[in-house]
Amino acid sequence: MLQRLQHLLGIEDLTREQVSFILDQAKPFQEFHRHPLKKLATLRGKTVALAFFENSTRTRISFATAAARLGADTMNLQAESSSLKKGESLLDTLWTLEAMRPDGIVIRHGSSGAPEFVAQRLGIPVVNAGDGTHEHPTQALLDALTIRDRKRKLDGLHVTILGDILHSRVARSNIHLLSKFGAHITLCGPAMWVPRDLESLAPNVRRVSRVDEALDGADVIIVLRVQTERLHEPMLAAEEYILQFQLTPERLGLAGPDTLVLHPGPMNRGLEIDPSVADGPQSGVLEQVTNGLAIRMALLYHLVGGAALEAAPAPGTTGKE
Amino acid sequence: MLLIKNGRVLDPSSNTDAALDVLVDGPRISKVGASLSASNAEVFDAAGMIVAPGFIDLHCHLREPGQELSETIETGTRAAARGGFTAVCTMPNTQPINDNASVTRGIVERAAAAGAVRVWPIGAASVGSKGEALAEIAAMKDAGIVAVSDDGKPVATARLMRQVMDYCRALDLPVIDHCEDPSLFAGGVMREGPRSIRLGLKGIPAQSESICVGRDVEVAMLTGARLHIAHMSTRASLEYVRAAKKQGLPVTCEVTPHHFTLIDEDVRYDSHYKMNPPLASREDRAALIEGLADGSVDAIATDHAPHHPSSKDVEFDRAPFGITGFETALALGLSELLHPGKISLKRLVELFTTGPARVLGIERKIAADEPADLTIFSPDVAWTFRAADSPSKSRNTPFDGRSFRGAPMATVVAGRIVYRR
Repeated sequence: MLQRLQHLLGIEDLTREQVSFILDQAKPFQEFHRHPLKKLATLRGKTVALAFFENSTRTRISFATAAARLGADTMNLQAESSSLKKGESLLDTLWTLEAMRPDGIVIRHGSSGAPEFVAQRLGIPVVNAGDGTHEHPTQALLDALTIRDRKRKLDGLHVTILGDILHSRVARSNIHLLSKFGAHITLCGPAMWVPRDLESLAPNVRRVSRVDEALDGADVIIVLRVQTERLHEPMLAAEEYILQFQLTPERLGLAGPDTLVLHPGPMNRGLEIDPSVADGPQSGVLEQVTNGLAIRMALLYHLVGGAALEAAPAPGTTGKE
Repeated sequence: MLLIKNGRVLDPSSNTDAALDVLVDGPRISKVGASLSASNAEVFDAAGMIVAPGFIDLHCHLREPGQELSETIETGTRAAARGGFTAVCTMPNTQPINDNASVTRGIVERAAAAGAVRVWPIGAASVGSKGEALAEIAAMKDAGIVAVSDDGKPVATARLMRQVMDYCRALDLPVIDHCEDPSLFAGGVMREGPRSIRLGLKGIPAQSESICVGRDVEVAMLTGARLHIAHMSTRASLEYVRAAKKQGLPVTCEVTPHHFTLIDEDVRYDSHYKMNPPLASREDRAALIEGLADGSVDAIATDHAPHHPSSKDVEFDRAPFGITGFETALALGLSELLHPGKISLKRLVELFTTGPARVLGIERKIAADEPADLTIFSPDVAWTFRAADSPSKSRNTPFDGRSFRGAPMATVVAGRIVYRR
């Protein structure tokens, strides 16, 4: 029996079966996006609060669109306009939101653990849309869906993650997820951003300092955004980064013609990735975006709609408007 | 008169461990002996209990003046009495900072009026603890300080430390340092390691502490002053202290109950696990326990750091550092150190009594004419700590609801029972 999910706070505590279930649930929603009329009534009358305490465009729009296409209403809280700027505590902000009776809350926050903090105090489902440098579970799920579609499997792949691993919640969620499927994970980036303790996150995680060696034999390359805004460390000159770690067509050639390239976006074209790679046939970047929508619809359907785990949605037949 | 009968008197200062009665007359002990009697005395039956010299806490924050929402001298000392402490040393990082004699006198007067136990203030080493000019240390000494420290942060530079130590050597005051290297600390919120990586919390490397301990030991060597390392948490720091002791330098150190009980792997997204220095690694904890056992560590100190619930009930990285500690200190010592056989009862008592006394340059013993400060405890009584029952104004402890074996049974200060279980 699958354990019913109450929240999605991270990938670490999910079982392999739960991950597979969510990916399977997203399948029909992938199809759904090809329909001319993209709206269901599944969550009609439900309200999803989108609490983005940290700036985000892509993830917020993705969740808002997912909720809208399921027929839910959304309440928006954005960092720039929120009372957080006026010194209100997270708890007070959330109690204010809760008083408006949303049926679920999607939260992005700069503090690691903030979604768990919220889940322990509010009585509604919480979806983590990225917390500090901890996890970004929906990103890992959409990456996994993209990988599974392209590689026709998720098991035992060789995955290389390139960039600032230390400050990346995307990397942590991907490491947790892919390890549940026996992945061999290689981490590569400037040494101060790839500390030894990362190897303790999961089995079969190794660090490689030279990019050529890190890319050799990779089935999938996940290129991370260089998140200059999150760094306390002295900045690294962009030229140094490009020289050593940019994913160029030549370097991609070392991996192989079937290697899939992913990037969580937004990209710094010409910094961590060469534009011709980003736009090339091996790139899965645009599929990631559409799969993100499918994953988020599946999650909201499941968590906010309270759908039974076994019941798969049947878009096109249930309440399509 | 108070007659403490049928107890086991354990006094490390005289190597006493025997079934003895203690007769107290007024603020002083009048007699220690077998089968004492006094017709007009109140009798405390200490059968099955240990009668120890009064416990001293070298490190706490009573938050008065200035932060009375979190704690006051009255509430803090009542919590201290429940923990078996008869004297507590309060750190100067109040508002205003205790960096001059008038603030010191205010604390001393307030403690005399409202304190349940003795309060021994620690003065700031530098004005405003800003790390620039020397504070009015001699005047504060006259007003009652027992040591100096810029606690909350390290004495800013090696040069200032040299001046503070030179000055305090002449005044025969210990210099207590909160050791960390600010550039390595760099906004961290827990110990750097596998757990901080997993939780995505900014890590503080263990070397942030030991680099500063190394600096301080070097300056102690240069000046010959008394140096005391506050809340020491790592093996490397302990090695510096051991080496200094081996050379005969007057260097001492303390360890908190939470650092010998919890480790970084225990940290969760719960600000009750956020303290500075942060919970250390399993290996560091093992080293600290070894140091507590072999005498390299001089004292157990609580670093009782109350914070009002509204300030702690926030995201982990936004919460202030620190937890309360008076009421669980002895119980943790008994449960984590004595009962598992890691240290002897005598050694544990030393760490709460003669150890901290020596750091302050005073004596602590159970003998006729000595002040009647006594801590009577049971090593075996079973109980559960409930933070909600604490007289402290704050509830920030990771030990709420924890069950213990052993607890203070009575606290006697200047001949008066100020707490009785």
